Amino acid sequence: MLDFILKKVVLILLPFIQMFGIYVIFHGHLSPGGSFAGGIIVAVGFICYSLVFGAEKGQEKIPHKITNLIESFGTLWYGLMGLVGVLRGAGFLLNKGAVAVGQPGNLFSGGLIFLITFGVGLKVASTMVTLFFTLTEEE
Amino acid sequence: MAKRLVPILAMILVIMALYVFMLAVAELPPYGNVDNPAHNYVYEHYVNNALEETGVLNIVTAIILDYRSYDTLIEATVLFTSIMAVLITLKKGEQH
Repeated sequence: MLDFILKKVVLILLPFIQMFGIYVIFHGHLSPGGSFAGGIIVAVGFICYSLVFGAEKGQEKIPHKITNLIESFGTLWYGLMGLVGVLRGAGFLLNKGAVAVGQPGNLFSGGLIFLITFGVGLKVASTMVTLFFTLTEEE
Repeated sequence: MAKRLVPILAMILVIMALYVFMLAVAELPPYGNVDNPAHNYVYEHYVNNALEETGVLNIVTAIILDYRSYDTLIEATVLFTSIMAVLITLKKGEQH
């Protein structure tokens, strides 16, 4: 019976956990939090799901191939965003001198920092999920 | 006899180390004091110019993704390296 309650509670909580994680990632330049904290919260959603429903069903939701892709792409994304500054003639990883930052306080502002936060958040989430699945895989 | 002596010696060593640490803690400036060494020109520069120089409201984000951006880039690389090490040691591949 405990299993039933656990499953229902996780199914109710899961959308809120994921939504809050995405909120923290996207508001990294406005409010406390940011890519690392938000990525962990998104990953906690997946880990919760796999803990309750089993690792096989969790792996169906987010397969190894996708996490590996995001994992490698996140670091590359950060470097590419740094190169944007070089291409605009400002300097590596420069933000305000390279692109328009918009009105401070809006959601879509902050220039490259907004995009970097998004990429690093996805990367941290996939790191945690990969670690969890790799460490819990049984022989 | 030696077995009984080891815990006593360890306790004496711990107390001596604790005394040194406590001396260091007692020397610390009071928390939140205006004249603390941490409140210097660096802090003032960040608080006054972060929004102007980076266009980001959150000063912590401004520091880690703009002023100290190289550090965060290498940190992402560290995460990548650690996950690669874990996958190399633990992941079961196809048997050859």
